[in-house]
Amino acid sequence: MTEDSAAEPVDYIAETRATYDALGYPPYEWVKNEGTPPWTPIRVPLREAKLALAASGGIYQRGQHAFHFKDDASFRVIDTAASCDDLRITHFAYDLTDARADPNVVFPLDPLRALVEAGELGALAPEAFTFMGGIYSARKVREELAPALVERIVDQRPDIALLVPV
Amino acid sequence: MTSALSITRSVAPPRAAFLDFPLGHTTGKKNQPEMQLNLMRQALAGFEEIDEPGAIRFLDERWSEDESWRQNAMAGGGSKGKESSDDSRTPRVDTPQYQYPADRDEAEKLHHKGACGSCVGAE
Repeated sequence: MTEDSAAEPVDYIAETRATYDALGYPPYEWVKNEGTPPWTPIRVPLREAKLALAASGGIYQRGQHAFHFKDDASFRVIDTAASCDDLRITHFAYDLTDARADPNVVFPLDPLRALVEAGELGALAPEAFTFMGGIYSARKVREELAPALVERIVDQRPDIALLVPV
Repeated sequence: MTSALSITRSVAPPRAAFLDFPLGHTTGKKNQPEMQLNLMRQALAGFEEIDEPGAIRFLDERWSEDESWRQNAMAGGGSKGKESSDDSRTPRVDTPQYQYPADRDEAEKLHHKGACGSCVGAE
C-alpha cells in the first residue's frame, strides 16, 4: 500500500454526503456497527475449507428474473459450476461496463474455481447467492434479506463465507 | 472483499480485504485472470492470518500509475462531475432491469409455469 497522500482511498461516505447536500436532501444514514465484530476463527486449513460466496453487484443468470432498482430485497441462487457467459449484471450505482465484459470482477467464480482446482481451497459450496446492493432501507436488509441469505448459506454447511459487495 | 474502505469500516465485518480499485472491480480487473487469482489468494489468506476481529487487510495491487480515477469515483469514472447540483442518479424503478431484452423473454418463458426456485423473493 502506497503512503502517497494523493492516493488516499476514496471516502464514499463523505462523497455521498456531499452529493445529498448539493441536492438538498437530508444526509444518508449509513449503517454503523459499534463494538467488536463477531468472531469465529477458521477451524480447518484453507485447503480443506468449503467456501460460500455471496455478492451484491446485481448478478443474475440467464433465465432468472433481473433485479429492479427500488429497494429490491430478493436474491438469486446461482450454481457455482455456472458458465460466466450465462451471467448478467444489472445495478444502478456503479459503471457496469467491465462487470458485463467479465463478471469475475464482482462475482469471482473463475478465480475461486481455479484455487479449488489448484488444491489451495477445499471446495466451493454448490450454490452462490446474489442480490442488488442498492437497498436504501437498512431495516429491510437487516430484517428480511440478511436472515434469508444467512439461512441459505448455513444450509450449504460452509467453513467460510465470502461477501463481495460493490 | 471491498473497494469502499470507509463503508466497510462503518459496517465493521469480522474481517475484510480492501482492494483500492474503482467501484465495480471489487475482485480485480476484467479479463486479467492472473491478477484476479492473485488477489483472491491474498484475500483468502486472511481467513488463516487475520486474528484480530475487525481487521482489514490491504491487498497489494494498484489500479494504475495515474490516480485520476479517484476524482470521478462517484460518477463511475464517467463525465458526471461531483460538483453538479443536478440529480444525475439513476431513477429507482421497480420493474426488472434486464441486461438484454432477450433475458426478459427467456425469464418469462421459464417462469410461465411457476416459480423457478432460484429467484427468491421475486416470484
